[in-house]
Amino acid sequence: MPLNRKVGYVNLSTGEIEVKPISLEIRKKFLGGRGLNAYLLYNNTEQGIDPLGPDNTIMFAGGLLCATLASATSRCDIMAKSPLTNLLGSTNMGGFFTPELAWAGFHHLVVKGKADKPVYLFVHNGEIEIRDAKNVWGKSVTETQWEIRRELRDEEVKCAVCGPAGENLVRYANVMTGIKNSCGRSGMGAVMGSKNLKAVAARGTMDIKIAHPSEALEFNKRFIHQITSAKVNQTMGTLGTAFIWGATNSWGGVRTRNFQYNQCEYADEVEPEALDEICAETMGPYHMTGCFGCQVHCRAQYKIPSGPYAGRYDEGPEYTSQGAFSSEPDCPDAETLLTANHLVDQYGVDNLEIGSLISWAMELYELGIITSKETDGLDLRFGNSEAVIEMIDRICFRKGWLGDTLAEGGIRASEIIGKDSFEYLIQVKGMSNLHSDERSTPGLALNIATASRGSDHLRSRPAIDLYHLPEDVLRRIYSSPVPYDGPLTSEHTSYEGKAWPVFWQENTFMGVDSLGICKYHTTFLGATLPNFEDWSKVLYYNTGLEMTPKEIWDAAERSNAMERLFNLREGLEREDLKKGDMLNHRYFDEPARRGAPDVIGSMLDKDRFRKMIDEFYEYKGLDEAGNFKPETLERLGLDKEPTHLL
Amino acid sequence: MESTAKVLQVNHEKCTGCRLCELVCTASHEGVSNPSRSRIRVIKWEAEGLYVPMSCQQCEDAPCLNVCPVKAISRDESLARVMVDDDVCIGCRSCVAVCPFGAMHFDPIDKKVAKCDLCNGDPQCVRFCDMKAVDYVESNEVHLTKKRDAAERLSVAQKEGAALHAQMPGS
Repeated sequence: MPLNRKVGYVNLSTGEIEVKPISLEIRKKFLGGRGLNAYLLYNNTEQGIDPLGPDNTIMFAGGLLCATLASATSRCDIMAKSPLTNLLGSTNMGGFFTPELAWAGFHHLVVKGKADKPVYLFVHNGEIEIRDAKNVWGKSVTETQWEIRRELRDEEVKCAVCGPAGENLVRYANVMTGIKNSCGRSGMGAVMGSKNLKAVAARGTMDIKIAHPSEALEFNKRFIHQITSAKVNQTMGTLGTAFIWGATNSWGGVRTRNFQYNQCEYADEVEPEALDEICAETMGPYHMTGCFGCQVHCRAQYKIPSGPYAGRYDEGPEYTSQGAFSSEPDCPDAETLLTANHLVDQYGVDNLEIGSLISWAMELYELGIITSKETDGLDLRFGNSEAVIEMIDRICFRKGWLGDTLAEGGIRASEIIGKDSFEYLIQVKGMSNLHSDERSTPGLALNIATASRGSDHLRSRPAIDLYHLPEDVLRRIYSSPVPYDGPLTSEHTSYEGKAWPVFWQENTFMGVDSLGICKYHTTFLGATLPNFEDWSKVLYYNTGLEMTPKEIWDAAERSNAMERLFNLREGLEREDLKKGDMLNHRYFDEPARRGAPDVIGSMLDKDRFRKMIDEFYEYKGLDEAGNFKPETLERLGLDKEPTHLL
Repeated sequence: MESTAKVLQVNHEKCTGCRLCELVCTASHEGVSNPSRSRIRVIKWEAEGLYVPMSCQQCEDAPCLNVCPVKAISRDESLARVMVDDDVCIGCRSCVAVCPFGAMHFDPIDKKVAKCDLCNGDPQCVRFCDMKAVDYVESNEVHLTKKRDAAERLSVAQKEGAALHAQMPGS
């Protein structure tokens, strides 16, 4: 049964290991995956700890439906206090790691302390072992995984690892599995590095009993059809997420030259169709790959066609890499994109964060805020592809003054660089924004301003806002499983009727992150895709657990509140530009320079934006300052946290 | 024309490596999720992005059948498959040792050998594979599909060759 999967506690300082069951009471409150991680994080850390010190605690988790018949159920959720933001660190990836963890008997690992030398964990059929990592320390993301397999003499071992960036405590280093799957945000790889924890290796052959197997199989068939029949997923399965970049750029929603423009010109080489041609030429006509159980298969496979890394195999590049390495630094050539994408995968660093910070540094260089003295002679002007590749290397290995400084993350770097460098840093809560430009979409802007882990598009984005769906369709989606009869509009430039969809999506994304299903299988990008009603069924068939759609919603809302409780404990304040729910001033005083008629000239109105935040807080049961009203915590059963029930 | 039974056809170049086939195999046979017990396995070379689903070939002259000391293995001509009789099987694993494809495995939980039984004519791996990297086709059509693919490649090559030839000086 998925419900009998355990939580393993590991203290790397003392070598102590403890295995505990997860009670049904806890499951019903937090489900699993990200929701339960939020509970564990709040209960296993003290306020104000050093994120890179031994007191930080890192959680690795599969969702409640991990490896069961619910389409793509491989999502891995990792949580700790973030060394990038000093707030919630939380990140999510697909691949094959957590199914293996579940077949080995575990859904959650809670790792504390610091090993006195490099180690890795080996989780195998109910047991956890701490092993010497001297053979893999210093190795790349993939070489670490292959070497651990050689060492354990088992090709089926799946690993979550940190790369050289994590070892070097780059504050936005990834945890990764396979070639490309990345727990890529908020620096969880650096937390691993700080604990001398190079990898978690899993191998399992234990049954996960399906509660109602024939019904689960039949339902899964329909569930998959619902997911793969959506046009958005069919396109994603052909071109990968890169397809979004093409449409968004032509519309004028792609940040270019840090924040100077919102459309990348002369970008033919990095358009999705052009990248697809390179994939086809180097890998053949079938060049898409997928995570465990997934029929969407959104990742392209390619070999770098030219340059010093020609012939190297990798996967992607996804929408984020196109923004980080093509438009933001304004280097729209395929070789740079494919090479940069490969290097960040090998070094294990967040493509979004590193690309954004390099582009920020380029703007500072052009403004004279940093000079060739700080860059050690590197010409850091926009458009210099070689400088992008060079800076990736310098940051991941902390080489030179600028490499070392940018490895500290945007806010710390701005404090080191000084002058008015912070004014140009496009971030929320210390985490860089995706390259998508939200100035013409207040709903999407509200999402990034209030996302729990810092600026983020995967926490509450009502992306279907851009489809101009009929209002009755929106109402059908957004008034279930809890009633809503307030305003809703298909007009994406509106400030009214947007706060509720953001609140709704926040609970949707938490629900799916807790169940362990991929977001591409939800109403994130397609109006017809599954949500609470379908999850209630899929949960019952696979686990036997009877939860109504409303109960799943409640668990998600509770878990989101848990994350906010953590952030409030660590110092979140509503208007704080470094730790709050607010955007950089450029969103409010620099109009978009390019794009379609509904985009060009647009910028956000601060007063109206603040009103949206007020409304959003109301739905969340927060007061005007963004703190919880006592009755909200009581309603959600969180008034006595931390309760240490697990 | 004499009709022949269907066979499982693997088109590995179409495989995305998702392993849904393994999941539905154990869910339908054992009611569990556990690929280590699956009759079909996706063998991967992840560093190159190469994935190959492997299952029983239902051999005409099956080594597993020939080696079985208690005659627990037989051919079922109606579905052109090789079957193991669990009641007769003594679990000696000789069949596991001789199978040239590794298609026969010993199930450590059931303590029996297990192999693909084509789900009695409705293979679940095929039903769930949208890419049709595993397919269930008439046995006499397998080679025709392959011939057609090869012919297409050949004709493209010939056209490209002709175009190159036309560009050569003096032609």
